[in-house]
Parts: sequence; C-alpha cells; structure tokens
Amino acid sequence: MKRQQALSPRRRAQRWRVLQYAVLIVVLAGAAFVADWQTIGHTFFDPTLIWHTIVHGLWRALWNTLAYSAGGFVIGLTAGTLLALMRLSDIAPYRWLATIYIEFFRGLPALVVFMAFSLLPLAFPGLTMPWPPYGTVWAALGIVGSAYMAETIRAGVQAVPRGQVEAARSLGMTAGQAMRKIALPQAFRIMIPPLTNELIMLIKDSSLVFIVGLSAANFDLTKFGRAAANTNVNITPLVVAGLGYLVITLPLSILVRRMEASAARAR
Amino acid sequence: MSVTTSRPLVSISALNKYFGDNHVLRDIDFAVDSGEVVCVIGPSGSGKSTLLRCVNLLERPQSGTVLVRGEDLTDPDCDIDAARRHIGMVFQQFNLFPHHSALDNCALALMTVLGKKRPDAEHIARANLERVGLADKVDAYPAKLSGGQQQRVAIARALSMDPALMLFDEPTSALDPELVGEVLAVMRRLADEGMTMIVVTHEIAFAREVADRVVFMDQGAIVEQDKPARLLSEPKEPRTRDFLKRVLKPTEAG
Ligand SMILES: Nc1ncnc2c1ncn2[C@@H]1O[C@H](COP(=O)(O)OP(=O)(O)O)[C@@H](O)[C@H]1O
Ligand SMILES: [Mg+2]
Repeated sequence: MKRQQALSPRRRAQRWRVLQYAVLIVVLAGAAFVADWQTIGHTFFDPTLIWHTIVHGLWRALWNTLAYSAGGFVIGLTAGTLLALMRLSDIAPYRWLATIYIEFFRGLPALVVFMAFSLLPLAFPGLTMPWPPYGTVWAALGIVGSAYMAETIRAGVQAVPRGQVEAARSLGMTAGQAMRKIALPQAFRIMIPPLTNELIMLIKDSSLVFIVGLSAANFDLTKFGRAAANTNVNITPLVVAGLGYLVITLPLSILVRRMEASAARAR
Repeated sequence: MSVTTSRPLVSISALNKYFGDNHVLRDIDFAVDSGEVVCVIGPSGSGKSTLLRCVNLLERPQSGTVLVRGEDLTDPDCDIDAARRHIGMVFQQFNLFPHHSALDNCALALMTVLGKKRPDAEHIARANLERVGLADKVDAYPAKLSGGQQQRVAIARALSMDPALMLFDEPTSALDPELVGEVLAVMRRLADEGMTMIVVTHEIAFAREVADRVVFMDQGAIVEQDKPARLLSEPKEPRTRDFLKRVLKPTEAG
C-alpha cells in the first residue's frame, strides 16, 4: 500500500498500460489455443471456395446490397426531412402525425416492416410497387430509415443558432427560404456523423430483403452468402459475403471523415 | 445631413411588448426621421434590443403600431418579408452565414429575395464589401476573419439590399477592444453618407460625435431623449445621470 502510493502518476499509468496489454495477450492466446485451426481453415476460409465465391456472384450481390441501401437511404432522407419539418411545424396536427409515425416505426423491428411490405399485395390486390423487387425494398428500408433520420434532422435543425434564421429573415427571406438556404445546409453538416451511422444501419438492415422473396439475380450479400454456404455445405461463402459489407462501409467511413474535415475547414 | 420629409421614416406608437409576465416595452412612442442617426443607450435588460427588434418585427409586439416608410408592419396582412428588404439589421454576434464566403453572404439575399442573377448580385456584393474596406476578403469564409472584419461583412450584407434604414444592436459589444474602431469608422462613414440609423450602443463617445439624437431607456420606457451634447453632458433625469456615471467611470461605481 505504501509503496503504491509512492509511485508517480507516470509510473502508475505505465503499469496500468502493461496490465492492459497482458490481458489482451492472454485472451488472444487462449482463443488461439482453444480454436480448432484445421476446421477453421477448411470450413471458414477454404481458399478454392473463396475464389469461387468471388468470381461467381459476389460482385452482383455487392452491387444489389449497395443499390438496396442507397435507394432506401435516399427515400429515408427525403421522408425524414419532411417528417422533421412536420415536427417543427406551427401546425399542431402535422406535429402529431409526424410524432406518431416516428414513434411507431422506430419501435417496430425492421423485420416486421419487411414482412408487412411483402404482404402488402395480399392486402391490396391492385397494388404493385415499381421496379420489383427494388420498389418494395426501397420503400421498406426508406420507412425504417426515415423514422430514425427524422429525429436526427430535427435535432440538427434545432442545433443551428437562432441568430442564423433571424439574420436570413431580416434580409427579407421567407421562412421557407431561410430554412432551405440557411438552416438546413448547416444542419446537414452537423448531422454528417449521425446520418452516416444511419446509413450503415440501413446497409445492415438491407440483409432482410430475403423476406420479400428474391430471384437469384437479386440476392443481396447475406442471402447470396447463405445460399452459397448451403450448396457447398461450408461457411466460407458467408464469410466472404460478410467481408463484402466492409468493402462498402470502410470507404464510406473514409469518405465521411474527409467530408467532415472539409466542413470543419469551411467553418 | 438629414433629408426633410413630411413624415418620419419610422414611427412607433403605444408599443407594448411582454415576454410572459415580463412587461419589456411600456407604451413606447418613438419616431426617426429620414437621414437621422439615433443612438439608444440604457442599462442591460432595459429593452433596447427588443425595441430594435420590433422595428423589423423580429419580435411581434402585443399592442401598438410600427410604421416604417408609412407601412404598418403590425398589420396582420402586411407583407413583412417585403418590408424587411428595406430595413438592414446588424447583430451583436454578427450572425454571418458560416457556410458561405463573404461575397456569398452579401449576394445570397440579392438572388433569393430580389431574384437577381448571380453576376449582378456579386457585382453589388463586391461593391459593398469594398465600401466597408474588405475588397481583399471577398472569398474568405467567416471563420477566417477577425471579429471586426466579420462585423463589417455583416454591415456590407445588410447594405447590399440597399436599405432605407439600418438597425444596429450593440455592433461592437462582442469585439476585442482593438477591433472596435474599424467597425465604428464604417458606421460613422455610413452616417456621413446620410443613412438613417438606429444604433443600440454603449459607445458613448460614438453617440456624442455621430448621433443626431440620443435616447436613454430604462425599465422598458424611454426616460429622456435629446441632442447628444445636451443629454450626455447635462442629463435631466437622475437615472440617466447614474447610468452615464457608471458607463463613463466604471471603476468608480458604487
Ligand atoms: N426571447 C426572450 N424571451 C424572454 N424574455 C426575453 C427575451 N428577450 C429578452 N427578454 C427579456 O426582456 C427584457 C429586455 O431585454 P432586452 O431587450 O434584450 O434588453 P437590452 O437589450 O436593453 O439589454 C429582459 O428582461 C430580458 O430578459
Ligand atoms: Mg441587448
């Protein structure tokens, strides 16, 4: 006890760091010791299957995942902006409607929304979504995303200092012009990090598209990986498909970090 | 300097403003002639900003009328956006648009509000930035400018709309002392050019030299108003005298 109190803060920090490294090494070594390397090698990372998966359909599936989530994000962002403006509206019924929508769809699992959408043609026989299966997927992802993004956007708009809108209005801009030209552009800058999170969540939620029923050409990464894993009785294709998500999300993170940096420079 | 017109440019009568139970403006009558420079002084919380913000209806009064250029802005059918084009406003915190360059800060409203083409808008914006001595800063973003430069851009932004009247709400209060002079110099030149100005300020020397009239406000009312030489040197009201003593000799307060 006495000796420890005698340690300088620098020495104490050093010991603490050594301890952290030690824990890490013990855990990794333990996992490596317990793991069955041979099985891991041929059921998770079978080299010929890796190659086979990459040349037979991975890019198509990657593209589909990208198309599903990008479309869902655009619809979600548009609807989310509209909902946010409704929540900020002077007209009370608009506020109520937006609040009900947001609370409802935020609370609902994305899986349930997808199931509801796949059942829609049963409920409304005449109803067909355009560009099957994209229309259905975009609508479902858009609805899920818009509920989250609406709250992000509302918070972003409210984070813009009141003086900005006052300056715009005192120049003669209408409330709508002040919102479009002054408040929203600044709000979106504030919102880049949370909106990125929501895009990444949408990319992952797009793995639920299998619920609406897809032909092989429209498989997304997850469905594609699962199908190939089943045919080959080997997990390798699913691992490859999983890494496919990183091919999308890592460049996205880098891009967004750049955007943030340039937005910070302009401020 | 003042242009004589049959009726005042700004005419406020029986103005009352409440924030909840707080009676902030009490039956204010106040008029400003075309070409006149009026400085408004008074203790913090006396309602100076609120009065100024009622002139372009950033605050809506509960009762009373605000006539600017003969138009009643408190009339519910008044096109307030159109009316505000003629009333420039400069804020204590500048409120420049951080996502636009100095030039675009000035040009934006010309395009969106007046529908001017970009080249015309930029031409006007450039001329007004030159007018405040910032010809070399047209492409700079607000964050890259000093406080004094930002406030001058804010003045140029308001001037770009070619207003009939300029409102200033403590334009130098947020500035480092060494930057106050450059902003006051721009305002003084504007006054010399005949601009109608209402200036809320604590710069008593500026008021003394530039104002045609000084208004002293306290507790939501205009206590007295007169030519600066008279009001600032021999105030009639004890409250005015106290206030001036505190402002001019802050270390002797007590
Ligand atoms: N937006 C507001 N909401 C509530 N009270 C306010 C608001 N703006 C000003 N007030 C109150 O009104 C009074 C006058 O404020 P203000 O006009 O800013 O005074 P001054 O500019 O002379 O310092 C103060 O008591 C202040 O607290
Ligand atoms: Mg004030």
